[in-house]
Amino acid sequence: MNLHEYQAKRILKKYGVPISPVYVASTKEEALSITEKLDEGSWVVKAQIHAGGRGKAGGVKLASSTQEVLTHVDSILGATLVTPQTGSKGKLVSIVSIEPVLVMQKELYFSFLLDRSSSRIMLVASQAGGMNIEEVAATMPDKIYTEYIDTFTGLPVFQIRRVLANLGLATFFTTQQLQKAIAFIQSLYQAFIAEDMSLLELNPLAVTDENELAIVDCKMQIDDNALFRHVETQNMQDPKEEDVSELEAQQHGLSFISLDGNIGCMVNGAGLAMGTLDTLSYFGGSPANFLDIGGNATEERVTEAIKLICNDTKVKCIFVNIFGGIVRCDMIAEGVINAIQRTGINLPVIVRLEGAKAQEAKELIEQSPFYNQIKMISDFAEAAKSAILVASKA
Amino acid sequence: MSILVNKQTRVIVQGGTGKQGSLHLAACQAYGTQIVGVVRFGKGGERHQDVPIFNTVQEARNETKADCSLIFVPPAFCADAILEAIEAEVPFVVVITEGIPVMDMIRIKHRLSYSNTKLLGPNCPGIITPEETKIGIMPGNIHKAGNIGVVSRSGTLTYEAVAQLTKEGLGQSTCIGIGGDPVQGLSFIDVLSLFEQDEQTQAVVLIGEIGGSAEEEAASYIASHFSKPVVSYIAGQEAPSGKRMGHAGAIISSTSGKAADKMKALAQAGVHVVNVPCDIGRVMKQILQG
Repeated sequence: MNLHEYQAKRILKKYGVPISPVYVASTKEEALSITEKLDEGSWVVKAQIHAGGRGKAGGVKLASSTQEVLTHVDSILGATLVTPQTGSKGKLVSIVSIEPVLVMQKELYFSFLLDRSSSRIMLVASQAGGMNIEEVAATMPDKIYTEYIDTFTGLPVFQIRRVLANLGLATFFTTQQLQKAIAFIQSLYQAFIAEDMSLLELNPLAVTDENELAIVDCKMQIDDNALFRHVETQNMQDPKEEDVSELEAQQHGLSFISLDGNIGCMVNGAGLAMGTLDTLSYFGGSPANFLDIGGNATEERVTEAIKLICNDTKVKCIFVNIFGGIVRCDMIAEGVINAIQRTGINLPVIVRLEGAKAQEAKELIEQSPFYNQIKMISDFAEAAKSAILVASKA
Repeated sequence: MSILVNKQTRVIVQGGTGKQGSLHLAACQAYGTQIVGVVRFGKGGERHQDVPIFNTVQEARNETKADCSLIFVPPAFCADAILEAIEAEVPFVVVITEGIPVMDMIRIKHRLSYSNTKLLGPNCPGIITPEETKIGIMPGNIHKAGNIGVVSRSGTLTYEAVAQLTKEGLGQSTCIGIGGDPVQGLSFIDVLSLFEQDEQTQAVVLIGEIGGSAEEEAASYIASHFSKPVVSYIAGQEAPSGKRMGHAGAIISSTSGKAADKMKALAQAGVHVVNVPCDIGRVMKQILQG
C-alpha cells in the first residue's frame, strides 16, 4: 500500500524523527483557515498524489507570503498532474500540503528496502540527492552506497558512520551534531521495521544550514500482507488513488489489474493468469485485464469476476482459463452460467477447463440455455487462438 | 530416487484441523502420504480424521519421529508455527500459507541460518514425488512417476506443465513449488543442486516469473554447475511495470524483474526457453528424443 507524503511524515514523527510542521488542505476554505494562523515567511505548497516527479509537473510551488500560498493552493488543488510516474492520464490533486521551506546546504538520497537475494533490509544512500535514483545508478554507480542490515543486530552505529563516511560527511558534523544524525537514521530504521514498510525513500534528505538532517520528500510503502496488524495505517488508504475495478476486486478476494486490450481474462492462480496474458499476446491477441480468482474460488467469486470483466466496455470476448486442482471445473462452469443468467451479458465466452471435474463442467455447459454463447475448448493454445479470433470479429 | 521426500517420509500437519487443512490432509492421505500427526494446542490426545493430535510440534516429533511438517496456519500466526517447527528440529518444513508479512519471513530466514531445517515456501503448492508421497495441495492424479524434475514459483502453472509432461508420456521424479513470495526458503539453486545429484532426474522444467532476480541467479548456476537439459518458461512477459501480479513477489521494478532479462539470461546459460506455457511438454519431449 502506498501512502501520501504527509501521511508518511506523520508516521515517522511517532518514532521521534524530527519533522517540520505539515498542514493539509483539501479545499480552499481549509487552506484559508490554515494560512490565517501561519507566520509570514517562505512556504512550499505540494500536491499530494501517489507519484514522483511532481515538481516538474507544477505540483510543488514556493511561496514567499501567505497570500501566495493561497494562490498556489488555488492552482494546484483540482489540477490534473501528468508526471513520468502517473501515466498519460495524469492524477487529479485532491489534497495539498503546506510546509515551511528548509534551507538546504546538501541534498542526500536515503532509502530502506528489502534485498530479495539476501533476505535482508538494505540501506541505500547517495550524495546525489534530489535526482532520479535509477538515473544515478545507471550513470554514476559509484555515487551509490549500500549497507546490508543484519536482522538480529539491527542497524549498528558503525554502519551509519560508514554510510556517512561514504557520503563524504566523515568530518562534516561536530560531535553533538553527529549524535543527532545517528539517532535520526536509527529512528528511520526503527520505524521501517515496526511499521512493516516495504519501502522508505527520502529524496532528498536535506542537510540544513544548521547541519541537521531533515526530510524534504518522503515515499513510503507498507507491506500489504502486514496491514492486518496496522489498523491505523489501513485507514490511511486513499481510494481516489486506486483503480476502481482493482478496489472492487480486492473486496471480493480477487486479484485484478486493468490492461488495454479487448479480451477479458478469468484465470485461477497468479502464474497461470500471467501465462494466459503471455499466450494471448504471443498469438497476436490483446488481453483487457489480469484476473486471478485464487486457489479456493467460490461460485460467487466467479460471478463477481465475470461482472468485473464486463464493466470494461473494451471487452469483446471473455476467456476463462482454469486448471482445476483445488478448484473444481464444474463449480466454475456453474459460476459462469449463473453470471450470464443474472447479468444478461451477451459477450461470447471461450472456456478452457482442464483437471478436476472437467467432463461434468462440459455437460453443464452443453445443457445450459447458453450453449451457443459459451464455447468449450480443452487445448490451451487452441482456446487462446479462438478467443483472439472471436474478439477480432466482434 | 527422488529428492527431499519419498514414501518413507513421515509428515505432521500444523493447521490441519481448519477447513483447508482438513481437506488437503485427507487428499494427501488418499494419495498414500504417511500423515502421522496433527498439531493443535489444547486438543492433544484426541484424533482428527483418524490421525493423532499433539499439543506441540516437539511432542509430535518425539512421539512420531516425523521428519516433515506441512503448515496451513493462517498468515498472522504462521511465522510462529514455522519457528516452532524449526525449534523442534523438523528436518523439512513445507509452508502452504499465503500472505505472511515479509518482516516475519526475514526473521525466519535469520533463524534458519543457524539450523539444519530446510524450508519450502511459503505461498507454494508444496512438493510431490509421484506415486510415492504428496505433501501439498497439488492435484495428485495429473502426476506420473518418471525422470523429469519440476521446480516453479507458481502453483496452477506448475499443474499445467505437469499435465503436459504426463500427456507426452514423461513422468516426473519430484515436483517442487518454491512459492511466489519475495522472501522464501529453498531457492531455484537449492533445488537444482539436488536435481543435479539425483540419478533418477534426467531433465528439469524450471518455471519462473517476473520480480526479483532468482531466475538470473539460477541461470548463472546452470551455466557453471548444471549438466542436465532444462526447459524454462517465465510468466509475466506482458505484465505492466510496478503492478503486483497476484503473487507478492511478482512485481517489476524500474531496475529489475523483467521477464525478457530472465529469458535472455537463461537462454545464454543453454536453457531451452519457451515463449508460451503450452509449449513446455512438447519441447521437453523433442529434447529428450534428441
